Amino acid sequence: MVEKIKQLEMSGITKRFPGVLSNNRVNIQLEAGEVLAILGENGAGKTTLMNILYGLYQPDAGEILLNGKQVRINSPSEAIELGIGMVHQHFMLVPTLTVCENVILGLSKRFFVDLKTAAKRIKEITDRYGLAINPDAFVWQLSVGEQQRVEIIKALYRGANLLILDEPTAVLTPQESNELILLLKNMAQQGNSIILISHKLNEVMALSDRVTVLRDGVVCANVKTQETTQEELAKLMVGREMAPCRREGKYSPGKIVLDLQQVHAKGDKGSEALAGVSLQIKENEILGIAGVSGNGQKELAEVIAGLRKLSSGNIFLNGQDSTNMSPAEIIEQGLGYIPEDRIHVGTIPSFSIWENLILKDHHRSPFAKYSLLQNRKIMSHSSSQVEKYGIKTPDLETPTARLSGGNIQRVVLAREITRNPVALIAAYPTRGLDIGATEYLHSKLLEARSNGVGILLISEDLEELTSICDNIAVLYEGKIMKVIPVEQADERTMGLLMAGIAQDSQFLN
Amino acid sequence: MEGFMSIDIFIIILATGVRLATPFLLAALGEMFVQRSGVYNLGVEGIMMMGAFAGFFATLQQGSPLLGIIVSLAIGALMGLIMAFVSVTFKAEQGISGIGLYMFGWGLSGLLFRLYVGGVTSIDGLKPIAIPMLSDIPLIGQVLFNHNVLVYTAFLLVPLSGIILYKTSWGLNVRAVGNKPEAADTLGVSVVKIRYQCLIVGGMLAALAGAFLTIGQANMYADNITAGRGFIAIALVYFGRWSPWGILLGSLLFSMADSFQSMVQVLGINFPYELAVILPYMVTIIALAISYGRVWAPAALGKPYERGTRG
Repeated sequence: MVEKIKQLEMSGITKRFPGVLSNNRVNIQLEAGEVLAILGENGAGKTTLMNILYGLYQPDAGEILLNGKQVRINSPSEAIELGIGMVHQHFMLVPTLTVCENVILGLSKRFFVDLKTAAKRIKEITDRYGLAINPDAFVWQLSVGEQQRVEIIKALYRGANLLILDEPTAVLTPQESNELILLLKNMAQQGNSIILISHKLNEVMALSDRVTVLRDGVVCANVKTQETTQEELAKLMVGREMAPCRREGKYSPGKIVLDLQQVHAKGDKGSEALAGVSLQIKENEILGIAGVSGNGQKELAEVIAGLRKLSSGNIFLNGQDSTNMSPAEIIEQGLGYIPEDRIHVGTIPSFSIWENLILKDHHRSPFAKYSLLQNRKIMSHSSSQVEKYGIKTPDLETPTARLSGGNIQRVVLAREITRNPVALIAAYPTRGLDIGATEYLHSKLLEARSNGVGILLISEDLEELTSICDNIAVLYEGKIMKVIPVEQADERTMGLLMAGIAQDSQFLN
Repeated sequence: MEGFMSIDIFIIILATGVRLATPFLLAALGEMFVQRSGVYNLGVEGIMMMGAFAGFFATLQQGSPLLGIIVSLAIGALMGLIMAFVSVTFKAEQGISGIGLYMFGWGLSGLLFRLYVGGVTSIDGLKPIAIPMLSDIPLIGQVLFNHNVLVYTAFLLVPLSGIILYKTSWGLNVRAVGNKPEAADTLGVSVVKIRYQCLIVGGMLAALAGAFLTIGQANMYADNITAGRGFIAIALVYFGRWSPWGILLGSLLFSMADSFQSMVQVLGINFPYELAVILPYMVTIIALAISYGRVWAPAALGKPYERGTRG
């Protein structure tokens, strides 16, 4: 059994990457039973710091002390031996293996795998922390929240008593996030140490004992959670006052721009994913689609964009029937689309920024003449877009895959909004983005709204929906539970609707 | 002529079918391990040719089919190693390097044959071993228990491969590496090592399949003796959905059809000869078309592994 980690100290950690000083003399401390949150925007150096602790990178300077003794951690397996476990943001699980097989992968040194003994030990761990999971289930059968539990079990099974979680709630539903927070608190109470990497202020406030704020690779604050506020943390993290984006101006919708009538469509597995969705989106309106993802959101965005066939029903875009038309025809009719997978669907990752910026109009004037690309016009257009939308890039030739998530989203946004769409579909547009980028995206969506665009915003984030939407529709099992004006959308009402409980308003009030 | 087919002919067809399944089973089971680890080796046919020649030549020189088997296994391991070096270490495009290996194997085996042997030369190959008691069982005994050692080996490898793949630590590593190499990597399972091991095992089994053709069936060597069996074995891996039992089913389906068509020709059974010849290939194509599904394929199949790339 590994020696229990009573105290961890990282001091003077410096890590340089070509052109970037990712960590600059960073100090953190942690005691057993404590939850330390490392807060910072994307690119602030949080993940680099944790990868150093987990042995994936070596620091250029600085030292790591465990229980007062200096240690060198050269690889993840050495970190595991010291009792450090990490739950990556992108799960490191093999979908085709069972929970049990995933947990013992790489551990079994004997010829035959002993799944029985492993299952018994897994049960001990799950009983101790109240992690319900079936060890014989295949990982692909599990929900995202359950998969995350498997990751935690994997770390605990290897004897970890210091757990690093990288953006653990980024992929979870609100309910799953709350469960995770309870679980982590319980684990801390039982003497484990937890480091939480996050840019979400509410979960940092809910879970941590102390917060270390990183900005541009430097520790800019180290505070007790009880002695601070969300506003103060936001200011520390971003380095300036935050003005949360709010919907301004009256709700004065124009004519209907997107009209869905009894839309039915099948999901990838052949079962019905949309079961009669009817929705209207008007000019100058942002309609939010709330709901736990997997209830038809993906299919809804795809049928509107022409990427998925309707099995029945009709869609009218700008007054014209666009049912089962090709994506090209629908784009022609004036639909803008910010897809859920911004890297692979929103852009062609290996294409340069200028190529991605003109994708939907590359074949016509002013970007093409007699089927030849007009380089001068394209370049002047692209560089003005890069400037206008604040896309951080070394040059226009950089492939979009090399940009950060926030900058890729700016490229998509610049392309879609500049085309002056009649209606715009935005699917989880701020997922994984930091506060600054989220704020920017919200302001652009609101700007488009005031220019008359009808916007469909699909999101799991209730705060996001209530702050910029005019109306919110709740999607549950492929049906619209209800469309409610944003003023009436309190958390309890929404939570019940998202869970599929459609009570009469008299019961709710 | 008594009816379409007498019971004796029927037994001969079945027994021949079992024997003909051997090279497909050996090569396909080997390729199954290779693909399960995330690599596809299109060079199976070339390795089979080298194995066929090596087995034949060693037997010819020393008069020992057992030595022939050993030499062909060694050559197969070497060919697997070459493929691993190119596709795992240098991360070359696997389809192209596989085709390269095939052409290399074909060319080299043909060249060596012309240099050191020349004309048609027959050898004393493996003899059938009747299993005591079992081979006396009516019908089944003749069909299943009167074959040479490589036939038994091939069929025993079916359950054995299942056990290795699903019950051993190594098998677990192979399945993990072929589906999500980055997960295996973070847990200290070496992706490179597992892929090398699988390619070497796959090469040995492919060479053994080739050796069966020369020392276990034809008792001679001829250019292109494998006649596309290596490629059919690759198709059978897909047909069998990367499982040993599926591969067994596919191999038997194909070899029985093959056996039937050769009997049609030999015995002059009243069945259109042209149709009979294409029957095994028709069966394979139809079966593949019906059964093929990406869902079952190892997720990382064909993708060289690099640390820290964005999916």
